[in-house]
Amino acid sequence: MIDFRLDKGSGVATYLQLVHQVKQALRLGVLHAGDRLPTAKDVVAKLAINPNTVLKAYRELEREGLVTARPGLGTFVERSLGTASLVDHARLRRELGRVVREGRAAGLDDEDLRALFTSVLTDSFREETA
Amino acid sequence: MTETVLEATGLGKRYRRRWALRDCSLAVPAGRVVALVGPNGAGKTTLLHLAAGLLAPTAGTVRVLGSPAGHERGRVAFLAQDKPLYETFTVADMLRFGRRMNPVWDDGFARARLAGLDIPLDHRTGRLSGGQQAQVALTVALAKRPDLLLLDEPMANLDPLARHEVMRDLMAVVADTGLTVLLSSHVVSDLENTCDWLVVVNRGRVQVSGDIEDLLGAHHLLSGPAELAGAVASRLAVVEDDRTDRQATLLVRATDGLPALDPRWHVRPVALEELVLSYLRQPESAALPRLVMAGAAPTDPVPFP
Repeated sequence: MIDFRLDKGSGVATYLQLVHQVKQALRLGVLHAGDRLPTAKDVVAKLAINPNTVLKAYRELEREGLVTARPGLGTFVERSLGTASLVDHARLRRELGRVVREGRAAGLDDEDLRALFTSVLTDSFREETA
Repeated sequence: MTETVLEATGLGKRYRRRWALRDCSLAVPAGRVVALVGPNGAGKTTLLHLAAGLLAPTAGTVRVLGSPAGHERGRVAFLAQDKPLYETFTVADMLRFGRRMNPVWDDGFARARLAGLDIPLDHRTGRLSGGQQAQVALTVALAKRPDLLLLDEPMANLDPLARHEVMRDLMAVVADTGLTVLLSSHVVSDLENTCDWLVVVNRGRVQVSGDIEDLLGAHHLLSGPAELAGAVASRLAVVEDDRTDRQATLLVRATDGLPALDPRWHVRPVALEELVLSYLRQPESAALPRLVMAGAAPTDPVPFP
């Protein structure tokens, strides 16, 4: 069973934190197809958050085809996120390595690169959630 | 879930010559957890007392669950800020009293909840800790199985652990029953994550009423060169305008999305507390959906009548 935690200082919307944690658990193999997610009441009783926030996170996961809500039974994992990602990881790692080398060549130091990466990440996050 | 649980129209309350609440119009949908925030003396308690039917309005109307406030037959529970328990009663006496006074009373729920909290039934309520007293009072209110729960400063005098426990249990009941909760506080950080509707009361007026997510999505903090501020103010509702001779920081409301702005503006989202503080500092600004629905241009700052 997944154990949700909140990072209150992160500035990321609470429902998105829940969505990310389910995806992370799917990637790491903590959750498998067929597993039941905790009920809204279970989550709420632990985190003291609004139940609609949990339902919104589950709706988002359902929209992405990762879980299915079965009325009266609960919300179940439909598929995992693990398999293809290892290959993708290796490829993305190579590409990022290339970007980092180009950045160094252009005179950026580690801190500049981190700031750049964070800024691109933030921008793409805004585009996704806009 | 589109049913309106609480509806105020032109609601006002005057004590002698002072208006504690004036021209208050708002509608709260069912199933919401509403944060009623504002400085001390802003009119929060007056609004709660009017909704509970404990005060009669001087002007306007307030309807609760489809009936005039006070006529909804036990479907509303109200928890006052000061001494909601009889101190000489034991906890068991409080439960007997609750059962005697209320048409609907879930004694099994009340006993199970108090047992879960390790609160002894044979103790006088006056001898319990502040956190335990708050939990007993909340248990009595919830055992009425209300459709609307009104809480006046439920977190005052509670330590952080007790605050978390109270909110956690309250949210679990909301998840279970679809109860609508209206709770007042002057500590906004207590309400983040738990409330999904915001009502800001300031100097006796309702300044903001709306879905918290919609409100956060519609407001942006812009910082940039001061000479660009005028152009923004002509296109967007500026809630707060903080300027030096060179730099401007504007909290703007863009209900229909943010238009393309000069790239010299740095735009970032606002947190709930920033939003509330900005409105409280600018009592002339208001964000009330009814005015938008009534056809007022959503891009204009909405002054009070």
